[in-house]
Amino acid sequence: MKTIKTSIGRRSFIKMSTLAGGGIMLSFNWLTSCDMTPKQVKALPKEWFELNGFLKIGDNGLVTIMSPNPEIGQNVKTSMPMLVAEELDVDWNDVIVEQAPLNTSVFSRQLAGGSQSIRQGWNSLRMAGATARTMLIQAAAQSWGVAASEITTSEGQLIHEGTGNKSGYGAMASLAAQQEVPEEVVLKDLNDFKIIGSSKKNVDGTKIVTGQPLYGLDYRSENMLIAMIVHPPAFGMRLKSLDGSEAETMPGIKKVFTIKTHLEDYSLGAFDNDAFNEIAVVVGNTTWEVMKAKEVLKTKWELAPAKKEELNFFGRTVTVETPAGLESSTGHQKVFEEMAKKKGKVVRKDGNPEKMFSQAAKIIERTYTCPFLAHNTMEPMNFYADVTPERANLVGPIQTPEIMEGSIAKRLGMDKEKIDIQMTRMGGGFGRRLYGHFMTEAAVISKEMGQPVKLIYSREDDMTQGTYRPAYHATYRAALDKKNNLIAFHVKTGGIPESPLAANRFPAGAIDHYMAEEWTEKSNITVGAFRAPRSNFIAGAEQAFLDEVAEAMGKDPIDFRLELLDRAEKNPVGKNNDYEASRYAGVLKLVKEKSNWTAADSSIYRGTAAYFCHNSYVANVLDLEMQNGNPVVKKVYCAIDCGVVVNPDAATNLAEGGVVDGIGHAMYSAITFKDGMPEQNNFDRYRLIRHSEAPKEIEVHFVDNQIDPTGLGEPPFPPIMGAMANALYRATGVRHYNQPFITDKPLAG
Amino acid sequence: MALFQLNVNGTTHELDIDPSTPILWVLRDHLNLVGTKYGCGIAQCGACTVHLNGVAVRSCQLPISAVGNNTLTTIEGLSEKGEHPVQKAWIEHDVPQCGYCQAGQIMSASALLEANPNPSDEEIESAMNGNLCRCGTYTRIKAAIKTASNS
Repeated sequence: MKTIKTSIGRRSFIKMSTLAGGGIMLSFNWLTSCDMTPKQVKALPKEWFELNGFLKIGDNGLVTIMSPNPEIGQNVKTSMPMLVAEELDVDWNDVIVEQAPLNTSVFSRQLAGGSQSIRQGWNSLRMAGATARTMLIQAAAQSWGVAASEITTSEGQLIHEGTGNKSGYGAMASLAAQQEVPEEVVLKDLNDFKIIGSSKKNVDGTKIVTGQPLYGLDYRSENMLIAMIVHPPAFGMRLKSLDGSEAETMPGIKKVFTIKTHLEDYSLGAFDNDAFNEIAVVVGNTTWEVMKAKEVLKTKWELAPAKKEELNFFGRTVTVETPAGLESSTGHQKVFEEMAKKKGKVVRKDGNPEKMFSQAAKIIERTYTCPFLAHNTMEPMNFYADVTPERANLVGPIQTPEIMEGSIAKRLGMDKEKIDIQMTRMGGGFGRRLYGHFMTEAAVISKEMGQPVKLIYSREDDMTQGTYRPAYHATYRAALDKKNNLIAFHVKTGGIPESPLAANRFPAGAIDHYMAEEWTEKSNITVGAFRAPRSNFIAGAEQAFLDEVAEAMGKDPIDFRLELLDRAEKNPVGKNNDYEASRYAGVLKLVKEKSNWTAADSSIYRGTAAYFCHNSYVANVLDLEMQNGNPVVKKVYCAIDCGVVVNPDAATNLAEGGVVDGIGHAMYSAITFKDGMPEQNNFDRYRLIRHSEAPKEIEVHFVDNQIDPTGLGEPPFPPIMGAMANALYRATGVRHYNQPFITDKPLAG
Repeated sequence: MALFQLNVNGTTHELDIDPSTPILWVLRDHLNLVGTKYGCGIAQCGACTVHLNGVAVRSCQLPISAVGNNTLTTIEGLSEKGEHPVQKAWIEHDVPQCGYCQAGQIMSASALLEANPNPSDEEIESAMNGNLCRCGTYTRIKAAIKTASNS
C-alpha cells in the first residue's frame, strides 16, 4: 500500500449531474458521445455524476473514464483508463472510455511523446481512481451510519460486513459527488491488482474493424470545405508567385490563395518547425476537385536566403541558422567524410584513451551511416479548423495539443480560452505529429475562408515536407592489447543537422579509457523527433560494432556484453552513467535463456543486440535462415524490462511492432535528395517493410518486477537494427555498415 | 459532371459527379463512408481496399465511370455488426495499433479467404503484400487470417 497526497482540487470538478437531462453540455465530443462497445451489458444511465475530471459514474454503476493523452497506436486509450479503473475498483466490463479533449485545468501533460504517457500517468491516474473510490466509501459511511474504515469495495460494490449493507457504486454516486475531496488516498498494493497486469482488448477495436469514423481525416461538419496545400518542391526554395486563376474556374473550387503559417514577428516554438512558411492553398467542396485543381496551379519558386532565427524553446531562446542552397545526398556524403576526419567536440572522456590507443596491439575501426527518413504515418497530416471572430474549434490528430494551442493562439491573436482542441485517434505518430504546423495552417485557412475547413496533405505533400529523421554518422574504435583484452573505446558521431551521441550510455562506465565526441553540420532540410530519436541509429551502430569487437576478442557476443555490464555494475567508471547495469544484464540473460542461445540449430544464423532508452531495457536475438540465397527472418526473441506491464497483450503487440519497424527501416527505407528535392515522394519509391519481409514469428518476454512502469513505445525499436546486422553477417559473411542494408551505401546515394 | 448509379453495400446511390472521381473519394466525401482510408493515392499501400464483385481492388485507382453495374462492398458493409469471421479474428488477436490501415487489411484478407479458404503462409503473404502497416502488426494479421480461415 502506498499513501499518496491528492492533487485533485475542486477546480477539476464540474457539476454535471444534469448532463443526461440536457442541462450542461460541455464541449460536446464528436469522438465519443458515449456510445458503448458490445461488451457493456448495462444500458446507459439516466444520470451521470462526475467525481473528478477523470471519471463519472452513472446511476446504474456504469463508469466513464476519460483517457487524457493522445492515442497514436501506443494503446494509451486502453491502458491509461485501466489505471483509473484499477484504483476505482470496478468491473472493466462496466467501463466506457472517452478521449478527453485538451483541458489543462484538469489534466497534466496531455502529450504523446518520449514514451512517457504511462510513466508520467502512473501515480496521477491511479490517484484519480482512488480519490473517487474514497469518496464513494465516505458516501456509504454517511448513508449507513458506519465508519468509513469498515467499508470495503469490490468490482463496483461497496460492502459493510458488520451490518450486511451493500450497494453498487451507481446508487451511491450522487452522494459521493457531494463529498469533500480527500487530502490523501491509499493506493493498492501491486499484488492486489486485478485489472493492471491482465490483458484488455483495445477499447476502439470494434470501431476500427468495422470502419467507424475515428481519425482526423474522417471528421466532418456541416458547411465544411476541403483545403489542400502546395509547398515548394525543394528545400532551400520558397514561393515567388502564384497564379490560381485557372484553378479557381474549376468545378467545386472556392478559392486559391497563399498563406503564411507564421507571421514575421513570431518566435517559432519547439514544435512549430516547418521548412516552408509560405504555401499555396486550394479550397473547394470535395477532395478530388481540390486535387485536380492543384494540378493546374501556376506556381513560381525562387531560392530562399539563409536565415537566422531566434526560437523559443519553452522560454529558452535558441538561435538557429539555416543555410541557403539546394542540398544533395552526394553533398551530404562529402560532409560526412570531411567532418569525420576533423576532431569533434569531446563530450566525455574517462582515463587516457589517446595513450591506450597508441599502445594498442590491435585497433578495430568501423564507420556506420544512416539516411534521412520520413515518418510516413499511414494517415497523412490533416486537421479540421472552424475559426470565427469569437472562437476557434480544432479537431484532429496531434501529439502536442497543449503546445500547439499556444502557437495557434498567437497566430490568430486569440486568447487560449477561446480555442477548443479535440484529439482524434491518430493513424500513426512516430514523432511526426509532435510538429503541428498543419494545425496552424488549418486555422489560418479557416479564418481566411470564414468557414470550417479540413486541411488534407496528400501523401506527396506529406513525404516531401521535411521534419525527417536526421542523417547520422558514427565511427567507433576499439583498442585491444596483445592478449585481446579491450583496453580503450572511442566513439565519434555526427549528423545533419544533429548528432546521435548518448555519451553516458553503455558501454561508457564499463571501460577505463573511453572517449565520446561529436560534430554537427547545418542544413535547410528540416528534421524532427522520429520514434526513439538518435537511439534509432546509434543503438544499431553500437551493437553491430560490439559484435565485431567480441568476435575479434574470441568471445560470445552475449557473454562479452555481460562481462562489460558486470564491470559497470561492480566498479563503474565515471559517475554519470545513465543506465542500471543490472537491469541491462537482466534482459540479456532473459533473452539468452528464452532463445536457447547456446544450443542453436546450425542452419539458423543468429544476431543479438541490447539497448537502453526511454527508461527501458530491451535485448533481442534474431534468427535468420537463408532461403534460395535470400535471408529470411524466422524468429525474433525480445526481452524487455519496462517495469510493471499494464496491459500485457497490448504491450506485446507494441513490442512486435517495434521489431518489425526496426527491421524495416534498417533494411529498406531512405529519403535522398537531389538539388534540394526529395527523390522519394510516395510508396512506389519509398520502400517500407511489407508482410512477406516481416519476421515469421516474434516472441516477447517481459522481466517480472514491481518497478514503476517506464516507456514502451520507443525502446523495442532501436536495438533490433543491430541484431539484424549481426545476423546478416553470420548468414552471409558480410558486415552491413550503411542503412538501408538493402543497398548498403552511405545515404543510399 | 455525369450521372451515375452506384451499388454500395447493397444500396443504390445516384450521383452527379466528375466521372474521373476515384471510388475512394466518392465513398468518403459523397457517401460519408469513411472506413475506406486514403494512404497514398497510387495503389501502393492498400488502405483504400474495397471489394468489387467480391474481389479486392484499390479504390483510389478506380474511377466511378469504370464501375458500371458492378457491386461494391466496403468495410462498413462487410458484415452487419462486425461479425464477419475476419473481423472477429482481428478482435480476438487484438491486431490494431493505430488501426488506420486495418480496414484495408481486413478487406484484402476477407477477399483472399473467399477465393482461397485455406491459404498457406506464402499465399497469405502474397495476397497481403500490397497492404502496408506502418505500426508493424504483420505477424498478428497473419495469425488472425489463420484463425478466420479455421472458423
